[in-house]
Amino acid sequence: MSVLTFTPDGIYCAAGDFYIDPWRPVPRALITHGHADHARWGMGNYLASDIAAPVMRHRLGDIALDTITYGERRVIGDATVSFHPAGHVPGSAQIRVEVAGEVWVASGDYKVVDDGLSTPFEPVKCHHFITESTFGLPVFRWQDQAVIATQINDWWAGCAAAGKTAFLGCYALGKAQRLMSMLNPEIGPILTHTAIENTNAVMRDQGIDLVDTIRADADLTPKDHPGALVLAPPSALGSAWARKFGARETAFASGWMAVRGIRRRRAGDRGFVISDHADWVGLLSAIKETRAENIYVTHGYTDIFARYLNAEGWTAEVVPTEFGGDEAEDAA
Amino acid sequence: MKDFAALFNAIDQSTKTTVKVAALADYFANAAESDRVWTIAIFSGRRPKRAVTTTRLREWAAEVADIPLWLFEEAYPIVGDLAETIALVLPPPDETSDLGLTRWINTLRALADVEESARKVVVLEAWRTLDPTQRFLFNKLLTGGFRIGVSQKLMTRALARATGGDEAEMAHRLMGDWNPADVTWHSLIEAADPAANASRPYPFYLAYALESEPENLGKPEDWQAEWKWDGIRGQLILRDGQHFVWSRGEELMTNRFPELARARDFIPDGTVLDGEILAWGDGVPQNFNVLQKRIGRKTVPKKLLKDAPVILYAYDLLEWQGQDMRDTAQKDRRALLEKLCKGLPEDAPIKLSPTVAFDDWRALAQTRSNAREAQAEGLMLKRRDSPYLTGRKKGDWWKWKLDPLTIDAVMIYAQAGSGRRANLFTDFTFAVWNGNDLVPFTKAYSGLTDEEFRKITAWVKKNTVQRFGPVRSVTPHHVFEIAFEGIQASSRHKSGVALRFPRMSRWRRDKPLQEANSLDDLKEMLKTYG
Repeated sequence: MSVLTFTPDGIYCAAGDFYIDPWRPVPRALITHGHADHARWGMGNYLASDIAAPVMRHRLGDIALDTITYGERRVIGDATVSFHPAGHVPGSAQIRVEVAGEVWVASGDYKVVDDGLSTPFEPVKCHHFITESTFGLPVFRWQDQAVIATQINDWWAGCAAAGKTAFLGCYALGKAQRLMSMLNPEIGPILTHTAIENTNAVMRDQGIDLVDTIRADADLTPKDHPGALVLAPPSALGSAWARKFGARETAFASGWMAVRGIRRRRAGDRGFVISDHADWVGLLSAIKETRAENIYVTHGYTDIFARYLNAEGWTAEVVPTEFGGDEAEDAA
Repeated sequence: MKDFAALFNAIDQSTKTTVKVAALADYFANAAESDRVWTIAIFSGRRPKRAVTTTRLREWAAEVADIPLWLFEEAYPIVGDLAETIALVLPPPDETSDLGLTRWINTLRALADVEESARKVVVLEAWRTLDPTQRFLFNKLLTGGFRIGVSQKLMTRALARATGGDEAEMAHRLMGDWNPADVTWHSLIEAADPAANASRPYPFYLAYALESEPENLGKPEDWQAEWKWDGIRGQLILRDGQHFVWSRGEELMTNRFPELARARDFIPDGTVLDGEILAWGDGVPQNFNVLQKRIGRKTVPKKLLKDAPVILYAYDLLEWQGQDMRDTAQKDRRALLEKLCKGLPEDAPIKLSPTVAFDDWRALAQTRSNAREAQAEGLMLKRRDSPYLTGRKKGDWWKWKLDPLTIDAVMIYAQAGSGRRANLFTDFTFAVWNGNDLVPFTKAYSGLTDEEFRKITAWVKKNTVQRFGPVRSVTPHHVFEIAFEGIQASSRHKSGVALRFPRMSRWRRDKPLQEANSLDDLKEMLKTYG
């Protein structure tokens, strides 16, 4: 029997009797990171990295959560597991599972570039590698973070000069904090939607260094903060809350913004191409560095990506994913 | 090409008309004159002749990107645009060039005269030296189809602003058969143009759909009813011994409908008529399918003129004896129009669109239900004492269309949309039952909300049976109500029918698969309405 198998409940390890990022309630779950399509409610026991734990507690409430540091080895039944940085968001991990000398790595979501916030991705040698393929097409190639930072700051400065509030739509966990690290606070104040500020508070509490932000809740008077940039989840951009700010421009920060049609469908003023997932080049380099021969492709352009890997000499197969819906797209 | 790319970005990054017009006006005031002319040409659909086939472009792009061709072909429908797909797969440029738009266009024009190997060298060199936006634009110039959210109208407005000229005059200057390689900014935009005034159309008055019961409009005697025709709205202008035919989209169509020239023989100078261009035969309007043969043809072969002759079915008089009549009451304009049309001979290309008499709304509703037999889409209601307004305004004109025909059908194929709808499944093929088989009979792309498109997209991803390139066959499961305006026999379709304006009117989640309609039901509709 394989070390890891793909079941209707999620990725299962028989040797250790645990699941990785399960979709349905199971007794024991190892969680790669805190995004809602990976860390779900209702598990008997959770195991996550110490850095990911505070946000998971914040999101999932009173759960039985055990933590593990990067690189620490732990024996569960006949399996030895360890968590390794995935570079996706703070605390995100690839989960390495070894049984009788055979090594599998479930990488969850990952990116290979250093975002300055998350612990950078570390390749883990293995025999079997489970990879996402959110951006598994050669049309997705990210530019340097510094280039995107300049684009965003130029846009923000332009909005500020025109007397408009700059609204930047992004996912609350990870992307928002990454963007904060890229913003130039000399342009103006950084305001945050409550959903984002709550996550910020959790991260500051655990000692992650974030720039100063102002919670933009119902009590805030927008005109007291001229030239502001507001970070908000995409769902809040058209809300009454956002309209309170009067003249504003709206942008989205996501890897999907690379495609003009998708950018236009969002009907924002701007789209900034920045993702917490690996681009085409990143996926291929990550896979090469694992030295794995067997690749399991999940979440994204699975069929196309697996076909390419097979043509290039790997043994790749598509494994099922439950779709995360819009949230997954926003998070990208 | 940097100026042009900056213009493109400014336009592309905004959804606001004012911002787009300002960016264009700024460009038309400051860019090099030859670049301005080419920009006008590109945005009005005049591009250099395609010198490289898209097949070659795909092969070269895959080669430069170091990916197999099949992978490029898989990515293309997901991005939805060939020029963009190429721009995205190529590795970053080695260096950046700063040649102007005209220079690049001349380079492209020169490609026609060289061998394919030399063309490849030029194209690859461009890809190597242009930044991603410029690359995309270069590819657009190569492949054609420059639809980037700039309508001719928007451009005309920007030109008027940049030059201090008049919008309608500018629109006319850009009409017709000019070649950007031969004209200058001065001759196209600035030089005196005596013909402009004579041809200038009036803005069309456009009706809203009647959404409540007609009783709410008040007394029947205050209203005039006409058939609503299914043709091309047109304005015929007779001035200075010339005639001009304008479409509702302010496109000059004079040469497309040469039979209307004979209007000059019967109608005095200084007249402007509003009406519907219709195919005409045996003394009655013909089905839209007949007119369809004439649409999109800039020149008309003799045989087609004979098989599908058109007339203008006039229903309004906007200018009479050189006077603007738009402030005159509808009933008085109508009286003049009737007088004008009275003496027209049987073979004149202008006919009077009749009014539909009625005493009460109920009787009119009864008449409306027979619209299909009159080759009409429904009725128009016009307030008798109203002026002729500008643009789409509520209150004086209403269109009261027949409810569409509908049929419940099963979705069997799905394809992702392109452009704005890339990454969503929006293009579907529908089938009806023929015994135990499902026979495809129409495609439909519109009618669902964004939310419904997202839901059906998630469903399609999980229920794909087979892929044929970008098309997926899906498990027959979902039933949709398909609404359409007409049905015709067609030998080109497997089902034997072709629908007019098919769209998804409802997602029938309540309806089991087996209860979708059958091919016999469709044939019955063909018999009744075909």
